[in-house]
Amino acid sequence: MSTPAEEIKPLAKKKKKTPFNYSPYVRGGKLPHIWCPGCGHGIVLKCLLRAIHTTGLAKDDIAMVSGIGCSSRTPGYVDFNTLHTLHGRALAYATGLKLAKPRLKVIVTTGDGDALAIGGNHFIHACRRNMDMTILVYNNAVYGMTSGQASPTTPQGKISTTSRNGSIEPPFDTCTLAQAAGATFVARGTAYHFQELEKVIYEAIMHKGTSVVDIIDACPTYYGRFNKYKSPTEMMEKIEKEGTVSVKQADKLSPEELAGKLLRGVLHKSDRPEYCSEYQKLMTKVQAK
Amino acid sequence: MAVAEKRIFRIEIDERLCKGCSLCVDFCPTNVLTMDGNLVAVKELDACNGCQLCDNRCPDFAIQVFEE
Amino acid sequence: MAGNKKKFMQGNEACTEGALYAGCRFYAGYPITPSTEVMEICGARLPKIGGSFIQMEDEIASICAIVGASLGGLKAMTATSGPGFSLMQEGLGFACMTEVPCVIVNVMRSGPSTGFPTGPSQSDVMQAKWGTHGDHPAIVLTPASVEELFHETVRAFNLSELYRTPVILLYDEIIGHMREAVTIPAPGEIEVVARRAPTGSPAEYKPYDAKGGDIAPLAAYGDGYRFHVTGLYHAADGFPTNNTQLIEEACIRLLRKIDDNKERIWKNEEYYLDDAEVGIFAYGVSAKSAKFAVRELRKKGIKAGLLRPLTMWPFPDRAVEELAGRVKAIIVPEMNMGQIVYEVERAAHGKCEVKGLFRVDTEPIKPVQIIECITGNGSKPSSPGSRMAEMMVERDMLDG
Repeated sequence: MSTPAEEIKPLAKKKKKTPFNYSPYVRGGKLPHIWCPGCGHGIVLKCLLRAIHTTGLAKDDIAMVSGIGCSSRTPGYVDFNTLHTLHGRALAYATGLKLAKPRLKVIVTTGDGDALAIGGNHFIHACRRNMDMTILVYNNAVYGMTSGQASPTTPQGKISTTSRNGSIEPPFDTCTLAQAAGATFVARGTAYHFQELEKVIYEAIMHKGTSVVDIIDACPTYYGRFNKYKSPTEMMEKIEKEGTVSVKQADKLSPEELAGKLLRGVLHKSDRPEYCSEYQKLMTKVQAK
Repeated sequence: MAVAEKRIFRIEIDERLCKGCSLCVDFCPTNVLTMDGNLVAVKELDACNGCQLCDNRCPDFAIQVFEE
Repeated sequence: MAGNKKKFMQGNEACTEGALYAGCRFYAGYPITPSTEVMEICGARLPKIGGSFIQMEDEIASICAIVGASLGGLKAMTATSGPGFSLMQEGLGFACMTEVPCVIVNVMRSGPSTGFPTGPSQSDVMQAKWGTHGDHPAIVLTPASVEELFHETVRAFNLSELYRTPVILLYDEIIGHMREAVTIPAPGEIEVVARRAPTGSPAEYKPYDAKGGDIAPLAAYGDGYRFHVTGLYHAADGFPTNNTQLIEEACIRLLRKIDDNKERIWKNEEYYLDDAEVGIFAYGVSAKSAKFAVRELRKKGIKAGLLRPLTMWPFPDRAVEELAGRVKAIIVPEMNMGQIVYEVERAAHGKCEVKGLFRVDTEPIKPVQIIECITGNGSKPSSPGSRMAEMMVERDMLDG
């Protein structure tokens, strides 16, 4: 026996799924971007744009500064105030721009080589000064743009064009370096863990002070091929998924289980006076004399 | 009484932007997608549950899933 | 500093006062003898007038920071000496390529390398033009007194804003550290140029659009114009290009921007030059000695005259060639082993003899050296490339 029509209650209509609309943030006519098939940088960019959207900041109030390398091509694609500078020097330009116009939200897209090799000096001083800016280190453990040389984060034993028999150098840990230098928000994410990454990038942007996010993403074309990874998928699974562990998970693991894994999540957060605010206070003080 | 509904999804692939990295194909939990030469193509649209993992894994802004 | 007040001040202080007068409101720098006073005084003055000051971690960071600040809309400056100037070359090239106004002060000291940090030289004069790689425009000013340094600093900022290019203010340690009287002009008494702001809609703004002339207006980040700046070769819209025609056009335009305007950028002082039979081409502290020498020579009945460039680059070819056409010789005293003398020789086009007079022992060239070089009594002129050591010793034993 069928139920009379008026007794059938319709199911509550679920909200329709809509994908994120990137168009307002991506400059027209600039895609396809130059990054290789399967390169994590495009995924990181999307996480960054979603995070920016969540902040509600006006596009005019955002400045994106970069150095040289694959990471540093990011600003050209996005509709903000964008500045593509010299290898290793993004943070110096960013420091000048932010101090000249503290109203701007400054986001720096840099790489493991750009920030930690040639840019190492500017990196530690930016962390020390605690000027409000967000430093995103696209960490693929290689110099991708110049075809695959070793970088300061290339793991020992890994192959590159300048370590054809395996690197003998120990790598930097971006996060411990940033924290030691004074950064007040330090986090790590991966392109694989895109939801977590979007969240830490959002927190990094909202944090008032120097925020550093180490982003593990893959270079399938050089690091991947040289070190016998079969596909971008495999790199994501092995390096980003299996090679990292969240801060929460790490609490439950033994030192042996943690060995060789990078920590993911917010690793350090503290409050120190922010540089531009301190400079403002200084100006008020000297002008009152 | 129980009513079952089928959600219908529309998958848009921008062939100009797809670089054939196959991340979306490999990570799709319900095997909706396949590689057709150097481009991604929809193999089994009915299997799509709208999770958008293909979009989230795509580095190239080349694939998006809309609900009809 | 109230207007029209006469004050006794050091060259480096006059430079700072000139910068502030010109509207400089951002300084980023690194200490280096003999330029440090510029930074220290800026550090004290800028916060009081709402300007920004920061000591950066090195000179590379300094040149980069001032370009970042300039793109944020502030007139910006840094000061350094030889070793720091060498470090800044890449950043200088970036400012040239991206056409961002800024002023770089180089207070020249004895080099190369660490050299003699507290001693003067004039040995960066070619580096100021050619130091950074690639074909790039160069505007270099060479003041020769403390008061002139004030005015030339204002001019440096004005030229930088007008031509959207970095301007190098080049003087030696003596000018930097000596004290002379300076009359600070009242606000508005000297022209201060602001960079041309765009007038069209942000959507149509192209930061390198040469259609209206070689120099496009420059917006500031955060003011509604969201544009892209890169050191890569770029099209009018600021985005990187690999179009060979656009690359060639951009390269040519960068140089033409200055070359077509050199008459407005050239600035020389002519001292007893009208009826001169022997010319002296001198700059900076050497020009002070040259002026004294000219007056002494005139007393002896020798018609000497001084052509003194305040703008060293673009090089005053025309003035040199014109002078070469009517004098027997041009003497070029400089505190280096021969740099600008080659430019003078080139510009003279063989119309007269060109003789260099060099000194690199960190002491200034004395007027008597210039006098005797011209009268031929005792001191021999040093021709470019000749060995100097013995002649230096000879000169030091002379009075004057």
